[in-house]
Amino acid sequence: MANSTVLHELRERIAQIEGVSSRHPALPFQIDAIDQSLPDGGLATGALHEVAGSRELADDAAATVFLAGILARMEGTVFWCMHWRDLFAPALHFAGLHPDRVIFIEAGSDTNVLIAMEECLRQPGLGGVVGELRKLSLTASRRLQLAAEESGVPAFVFRRGLPADAVADGTAAMTRWRIKAAPSERLGIPSLARPRWQVALERVRGVEPKLWILEGCDAQGRLAIPADLGRRIASGARPGGRLKAKPLPSSRLIPITAGV
Amino acid sequence: MAGLEVADAAHEEYLEGLRRLALWAGRRYSPVVAADPPDGIWIDVTGCAHRFDGEKPMLKDMMRRIAASGMACQAAVADTAGCAHAVARLVPSGRPSVIEPGGARAALSILPVSALRIEPGVSEELRRMGFERVEQLIAAPRAPLAKRFGRQLYKRLDQALGQISEPIEPVFPVELPRARRGLLEPIGTAEAFVHVIDDLADDITALMVREGIGARTLDLYFQRVDGHSQAIRIGTASPVRDPRHIGRLLSQKLGEVDPGLGVEAMTLVASLVQPLAASQLGSILSGERRGPDISAIVDTLANRFGRRRLFRTQPRESAMPEREVEDVPALSATQGTSWDDDLPRPSRMIIPPEPVEVMAMLPDHPPAMFIWRGKRHRVAQADGPERLHGEWCREGGHEADTPYTVRDYFQVETATGGRYWIFRLGDGERSATGPMRWFIHGAFA
Repeated sequence: MANSTVLHELRERIAQIEGVSSRHPALPFQIDAIDQSLPDGGLATGALHEVAGSRELADDAAATVFLAGILARMEGTVFWCMHWRDLFAPALHFAGLHPDRVIFIEAGSDTNVLIAMEECLRQPGLGGVVGELRKLSLTASRRLQLAAEESGVPAFVFRRGLPADAVADGTAAMTRWRIKAAPSERLGIPSLARPRWQVALERVRGVEPKLWILEGCDAQGRLAIPADLGRRIASGARPGGRLKAKPLPSSRLIPITAGV
Repeated sequence: MAGLEVADAAHEEYLEGLRRLALWAGRRYSPVVAADPPDGIWIDVTGCAHRFDGEKPMLKDMMRRIAASGMACQAAVADTAGCAHAVARLVPSGRPSVIEPGGARAALSILPVSALRIEPGVSEELRRMGFERVEQLIAAPRAPLAKRFGRQLYKRLDQALGQISEPIEPVFPVELPRARRGLLEPIGTAEAFVHVIDDLADDITALMVREGIGARTLDLYFQRVDGHSQAIRIGTASPVRDPRHIGRLLSQKLGEVDPGLGVEAMTLVASLVQPLAASQLGSILSGERRGPDISAIVDTLANRFGRRRLFRTQPRESAMPEREVEDVPALSATQGTSWDDDLPRPSRMIIPPEPVEVMAMLPDHPPAMFIWRGKRHRVAQADGPERLHGEWCREGGHEADTPYTVRDYFQVETATGGRYWIFRLGDGERSATGPMRWFIHGAFA
């Protein structure tokens, strides 16, 4: 007990030194396994988060809906900045993000996306700001993180087409997620079940990277633990494992922790 | 002649008409405009054409609108006022004339000397001396002609060639809110401009508060010491009267200003205004939390990237998925409507659809395998088909007459879990409905 209080105090102090104040609430995923892996018990608002798919378009498509699901559960207008419009708005709505809430900005280049994001992040009270970028320098990520902290608006950088084996560059983002499509449950009829994703929390301050297989967003933007895997997830993490690069077989999944 | 009515030329009214036309052009095309009696107007379009996707489309738009109001017109754009003046009057093609940058000399040289805005007597005499075209005048020794015709001739020639400058003195609409600051010393730095902009924004908002209006368009004019005027224009999505907002929008555009040797006066004009009721201070005093100012962000970004780059989406009735989404202005009233969620739609579209090689059984089996961008994807599961018929009403003809309008869409999941949207052109049975070729149109979550 005393131990955890000391830890908590230490965390608070470190957060103060880092400039990440806890005055902004966190958004839980409502999935214990994930929320316990995040320092504030959820996705910190007023912070920068990185989300990536891969070079496969289906993975970027999954990451798009993953983002939409998070934003659907925030309140307020969302600004979505992109190079050009290959995004199809109905899919955001199916994840609970109503079209009336989203203003798209077709900015044309990384530079312009960053300018637009910073401009939006200055205004408190927004639901979130998404920027689709090819590259993100450490300096740019710091600027976004500072702007997000200042206004309390969650900022998301969506790294488009990021290769799976990309060397992780330095970033000021609080978390980095990588979403990949995973084989869904076989229904045995010519129809498709709810999509499944391999959700990797590749980086989060102070916590080890993790990996889950989850079911994609429902109409309220909530993820779910696949029914046939639920028990295994609940049984807890296996400490000391390595994060494997190859995709996991769909039928077996154990959350894997690793020191990367 | 019977039935012919003779009226005196009403010069005053005519000038007033030109002025009004100039002000109209000033609202639509560029803030720096002036009447050019007896029959023209000047518009300094520097840095304005991109809003119309180029100078030619801008001139076309201008000519179409003026023609629609019942006037005949001819428009030209060139590096110099003199050159544009000459081309507009002497190349009556009925189409807009665009002289590319650096092309003023070449364009002028083939025109008759009368193109140079000189006295008719002078051009007549020049013609009698054998000077038919401007190029001859350019080639001839200057001194004898200057002695004979005075300095005006060469002043006009040099103005047209861009060798001496010819500032346009802009006209302002008199009735609009305007604030002006004359400066004791010419200024040229961004910091100094920002300082003056803040003062001007304060002045003009005070005026607008008194009249109960807000600005939709603001023009800031810089009068340079060399007599030239420059202007920057900002637009807002809804009427504004907040000096900080106005100041920020203007300061953001300062990069477009070339101060030259310095600016000696700045004028801020609210060139488009709308009623704006007094603002409620109560909510701020009572500590109530105000919603974020979305219009401030939209204005700032729209002035930087262009208004069309910011949009929201709303559903539109259409048989074709790519037309189900309609762009609406970012701040337009929300409809509350959305798409039916019973039909699967991808989150990332491939525009235009890319052809894929497919192995599938006809007529309505999903593909078992497809090759896209050189990579083979094995299909593990699939859903479909969803049959979409082309919009024959839009494509001009009955469905039976327009081939290739049937698309059968399949959702396929590859062995690694990636979900794609693949369609076959044609119904799989009758070749008249399509060539049975396969395309990939998007990716699902």
